[in-house]
Amino acid sequence: METPEQIKSRLEAAEPGARIEILPNDCPAGERSLLVDPAHALVLAKFLRDDPQLRLDYCSNVTGVDWPEAELNEKIKVKQVVDGVEKEIEEVKKTVRPGFLEVVYHLYSMELKHGPVVLRQRAANRAAGAPAVSLTSVWRGCEFQEREVFDLFGIRMEGHPDLRRILMWDGFKGFPMRKDYVAPDDFEYEPTPHDEVLEEAQKHYLPEVKA
Amino acid sequence: MNAELGVRGHVLALESADMSAHSKNYEILPKASETGEPIGELLKVSMGPQHPSTHGVFRMDVMLDGEKVVKLKPVFGYLHRNHEKIAENISYLGSMPYTDRLDYFCSMTNNWAYALSVEKLAGLAVPERAEYIRVIMAELTRLQNHTCLIGFFVQDMGALGTPLMYAFREREKILDLFESVSGARMMCNYLRFGGVRCDVTTEWLAQAKQLVDGYGKFLDEFEALFTENEILLARTQGVGVLSRELAVNASITGPMLRAAGVNYDIRKVDKYGIYSRFDFKVPLGEHGDTYDRYMIRILEMRESLKILHQALRDIPSGPVMDPKAKLRGFRPKAGEAYGRIESPKGELGFYLISDGSANPYRYRVRPPSFINLTILEDMCLGQRIADTVVILGSVDIVLGEVDR
Amino acid sequence: MAEGSADMEMIDEGLRSELQKQGIYTTSLQELYNWGRANSVWPLTFGLACCAIEMIAASMARFDLARFGAEVFRPSPRQADLMIVAGTVTKKMAPLVVRLYNQMPEPKYVIAMGACAISGGPFKQGYNVLKGIDRYLPVDVSIPGCPPRPEALIHAIMTLQEKILNQKLTGPDRPRHLVAGAPSEFPVPAYGEHDLEPPSNPDVWQPPIMTRK
Repeated sequence: METPEQIKSRLEAAEPGARIEILPNDCPAGERSLLVDPAHALVLAKFLRDDPQLRLDYCSNVTGVDWPEAELNEKIKVKQVVDGVEKEIEEVKKTVRPGFLEVVYHLYSMELKHGPVVLRQRAANRAAGAPAVSLTSVWRGCEFQEREVFDLFGIRMEGHPDLRRILMWDGFKGFPMRKDYVAPDDFEYEPTPHDEVLEEAQKHYLPEVKA
Repeated sequence: MNAELGVRGHVLALESADMSAHSKNYEILPKASETGEPIGELLKVSMGPQHPSTHGVFRMDVMLDGEKVVKLKPVFGYLHRNHEKIAENISYLGSMPYTDRLDYFCSMTNNWAYALSVEKLAGLAVPERAEYIRVIMAELTRLQNHTCLIGFFVQDMGALGTPLMYAFREREKILDLFESVSGARMMCNYLRFGGVRCDVTTEWLAQAKQLVDGYGKFLDEFEALFTENEILLARTQGVGVLSRELAVNASITGPMLRAAGVNYDIRKVDKYGIYSRFDFKVPLGEHGDTYDRYMIRILEMRESLKILHQALRDIPSGPVMDPKAKLRGFRPKAGEAYGRIESPKGELGFYLISDGSANPYRYRVRPPSFINLTILEDMCLGQRIADTVVILGSVDIVLGEVDR
Repeated sequence: MAEGSADMEMIDEGLRSELQKQGIYTTSLQELYNWGRANSVWPLTFGLACCAIEMIAASMARFDLARFGAEVFRPSPRQADLMIVAGTVTKKMAPLVVRLYNQMPEPKYVIAMGACAISGGPFKQGYNVLKGIDRYLPVDVSIPGCPPRPEALIHAIMTLQEKILNQKLTGPDRPRHLVAGAPSEFPVPAYGEHDLEPPSNPDVWQPPIMTRK
């Protein structure tokens, strides 16, 4: 199986103009992912499926991930003049990573029996319906999984033949798997509450009891 | 007589109170030919979620032209228990009992898939004896899953009760083994990251060997009832055909894929655990119809028996838990991993993203039953409605896994 | 036996056994009626999740439920008189559970099997999980366990049988199906935007007053 760098170079050769990035993965399993931009996702997916060396004809897993806006603290070493002597001091640099929703695809090959290649698409704009491109026309198995991503994360998969809610009921509003989802309040009866559940349950206690 | 002994809740009274408030679960639509002239009626029926032939709370909205299926849309979510969201709030080990409840027939293999993913994420090694125990448990699970599936499958076709009784008789023997080692019949919660929870005794191994030795005879008895049964042959051959290309493109895995003729068994491809040490074949089908799926499961059971013989013969002594594995304060490094196994229903995978804390950041179950349902409509189009039930039975779904 | 005290004196047991020795069997209408009902409870095939498998195992050869008269699992609610809610009731499924209950003819009973049907169980924190079917339906017997063993289900059926046998047919505590004004159908909740509407049925379930702080 080729390394992500080799795959990236061949993809860029096949489709110039596509922006592909390799994302790191520090854990011992170490499968690094290819981040593609939605405009070229469909073409690149077809290439990955049809290329004779890769033949990634089996899309094993499609899922969404919610990365809300986060403040990253990075410790960097800065050269500063202190008391007349140039020293290296550690400073904490704060950056704000913008929030995004992501769709992750795990691709394997049934013909050549290798894999996985991890493909990612980012939907940057949460407020405007977070669009991403559906790969159902390339791998039919993505159909239900992309509907689930739409249902639970709210990522609109453009080009999907039948995009509607699959696990929640049709009139449901809200996207439960997002990190900022607030569950409905049905904590009226909690026999042994503690921590957050206790706070929620206390809202239902009678006022004379709460005092 | 006594006015208090009036008749309450007469059926007709319920009808009139009920029907106005709720919509009917069937609809009659006009059917038009290509030129637009009305030539009949189409019936739209909602089959389920409470239905004697569905494997759980599963609903199919079927459009029928006479008896033939014109359109079929599966509806699920009636058992959506928010497993993935709950897992983000509890620790890694705390999710292990929830994995039991995904595919509630096969709790040991669910546990193994999750333990494998976490071991990939954290880089844990598993001692040999634990690997052998895992293989034994997984193959026992495969045996009882396929046996019960065939029992349910034949029950859906009308053989009410008796084959299922035979299947459950054998399943109870296997559940006895599970109960003596883990304390629970179904929700075993037995595997841990880096091994298994506790060791098996020599008496347990002897009992398992006795079960495995007797299982071949039970399978012969079971097969004698079904494999050449003319009713089964008439109802399953040529029904629900799935082609190779569609199966691969639709991400089908497990016995359904192999019945369509594709040689892809994750035990042979990924060689996870110690499966490379065992000598077993992968049965493949030719036609991709329901009968092939039934036969594949029978043959897979026989291959599982071979694996069990070898595992029970070769199991070494030693520890069953990685001494370096931490049970408390388990915090894997930030990163992500995808681990998968060949569960009795297909490829069961877990995708975990860790951010360095004790709870997973993203916990995703790749459910084989959910994805195998993608082509249910394709397989059922043009078949009669009675075949829909048979085809659904052969797909082998468990709603706990479909809806999570 | 029209009016008179609600607790009609049952036949003296000594007299009854004396008569039985002579070949004369005596009973009362209440005993006979309850005996017939208790020993032929027909459950509805209504397994939702994992507890359903233990329910099926209870009706199989090892834990034979047929000995208790509950062998015939009816697929249609119109023909059943016991609904064993076995498994997690989700909010998507809850209106259908109530609708099925409404379709059952009186007298009807509900067994809440497993922790999920009693109170949401291990999935209690879920946004789609109904925290107990007793929010919408009157439950007669609850079986704790996850899943409860088939023996526990048999114990629950026996408890239900005792409850039916001890029901008095006249008087203020007669069963619901003999009370002229008691409802036998319960309102079906509707799918709201974030939760079911109403989240519980106040006639059936009132959360107990919490006295802890």
